[in-house]
Amino acid sequence: MRNAFAAAITALAAQDDRIVLLSGDIGNRLFDTYRARFPSRFYNCGVAEQNMTGMAAGLALSGLRPFTYTITPFATTRVIEQIRVDICYHNVPVVIVGTGSGLSYASLGPTHHSCEDVGILRTFPNLTVLCPADAMEVGPTMEAAVALPGPAYIRLGKKGEPTIHETPPTIEIGRGIVMRDGTDVCLLGMGTMTATALEAAKRLMAHGLSARVVSMHTVKPLDTDLLRKSFEQFRLVAVVEEHSVIGGLGSAVAEWLAAHGPRRGVLEAIGTPDIFLSAAGSQQWMREQCGLTPQAIAERITRRLKALR
Amino acid sequence: MTSTPHLAAISRRIRARVVEMSHVAETPHLGSSLSCVDMLVAAYWGYLRIDPTQPLAPDRDRFILSKGHAATALYAVLAERGFFDPTLLDTYNEDGALLPEHPGLQCVPGVEAATGSLGHGLPLGLGMALAARIQQRPTRCLVLMSDGECEEGSVWEAAMFAPAQKLDTVTVMIDYNKWQATGRSDEIMALAPLADKWRAFGWDACEVDGHDLDALLAALRPVPDGTGRPRAVICHTVKGKGVSFMEDDNNWHYRIPTAEEVEKARVELWQA
Repeated sequence: MRNAFAAAITALAAQDDRIVLLSGDIGNRLFDTYRARFPSRFYNCGVAEQNMTGMAAGLALSGLRPFTYTITPFATTRVIEQIRVDICYHNVPVVIVGTGSGLSYASLGPTHHSCEDVGILRTFPNLTVLCPADAMEVGPTMEAAVALPGPAYIRLGKKGEPTIHETPPTIEIGRGIVMRDGTDVCLLGMGTMTATALEAAKRLMAHGLSARVVSMHTVKPLDTDLLRKSFEQFRLVAVVEEHSVIGGLGSAVAEWLAAHGPRRGVLEAIGTPDIFLSAAGSQQWMREQCGLTPQAIAERITRRLKALR
Repeated sequence: MTSTPHLAAISRRIRARVVEMSHVAETPHLGSSLSCVDMLVAAYWGYLRIDPTQPLAPDRDRFILSKGHAATALYAVLAERGFFDPTLLDTYNEDGALLPEHPGLQCVPGVEAATGSLGHGLPLGLGMALAARIQQRPTRCLVLMSDGECEEGSVWEAAMFAPAQKLDTVTVMIDYNKWQATGRSDEIMALAPLADKWRAFGWDACEVDGHDLDALLAALRPVPDGTGRPRAVICHTVKGKGVSFMEDDNNWHYRIPTAEEVEKARVELWQA
């Protein structure tokens, strides 16, 4: 996804001379093409994310369209005050981009994990929260974000994630993309877990259960139209996210459901547990520990559906 | 045309207004507001290229009051400078009014940024300076900070960035009144030697009497001087300046003046 980001920011900068890229001393060689073409619109801001984020707001207050880019916890929770005050309160069109979200940097430990970012950021007024599912969604998501009058947060994976689209889809903010249809359960995927949800759907099929899978690339504003229809049509709606069960898409859907229920459908929120994952290990291993594999998700959905009968 | 006797009279008027606003609205931070009045007057009457009739002109200089708790001083200065009708000051801090205790988002023409949380103004100013560079505009950025504010880490992130990018259109003025909310700023943190700290970070730092309008103007006017170094003007000031019974008394960080004290202050300011 980060390569898709580098390609897309270069293309955007070619079309729009207001685009400025601020990097927090990351992306070695990733932005070589961008820097060669637009040297006056690239700044390596060093290991100083508070300043980077504040400067982005200053650039936007002067009419430019800055992107900030670094590893997710440093782009988000490290600078939560600057995001809240400088960007969201001023309601300026800064795009905050976190790379290596969730457990992408699993082996680097909890300092580099980000399973709380969405939970914190979606409480801020004015901020749009976007979680593209794969490399194909990255470019259209960035175009949609730049077209907004206010700020956006884009939560990316790292690299080599499975792609779920053959070509870049149209991204309409606040409108989920139905990736496959089904009748027994609706799986709402957030970010890179949408690909996992699609794999889980294949396993459910083998058990005679058909699943609709949606890429919920926008966590805020929520696609309430889709939620209303899903909770009417399906007995079970499950959220799948590489984010804490506290505060993420599952929580956002639960908040909606609590305010707009009861509905025919019930919610199953599948995410990371409320702990720091401090053991060494790969992203795959950690997903296994959290029950975030296609196998574990399919089993959990099957059990829940049985219990609902 | 400006002259310092003329500016000194403006400073006195603004101080009187600030004391009155604190009394009427029952808001604190009076000492902090009084200490930076002369710095604001020097900036707004002798340095900033601004036109109150065109507050959003793209080429204007930018001023950010990073110590947002001195909002009364900024509001009184902007009103006196012609950015808005001075009668608006009478509504300061009223329910639903335009002027809150910290400069609000686009609350009145002339307020470039909403401040109040310390350590935010300099990064915002650097962003505006970078924008001016990218857009090839002559804009200069002036950020007024407090001494206590220099304890925020974000200030030093910004301090390290600006010289690396040779942002010599940026100036910080520090209201070095030697007090912060609950004690001496040189005791609570190792703030001194403050000018040396800015020099060590690559800034062209100077120290002036922050109540000497000629000295303030002389410190500001050469910017940018072509050295590539941003400017730090350390302004030695007196908290509560201009009112004898408030000067260097940190109780006036939070105290609100009575009607009698307002009258006493007014008499002192007119006799000065």
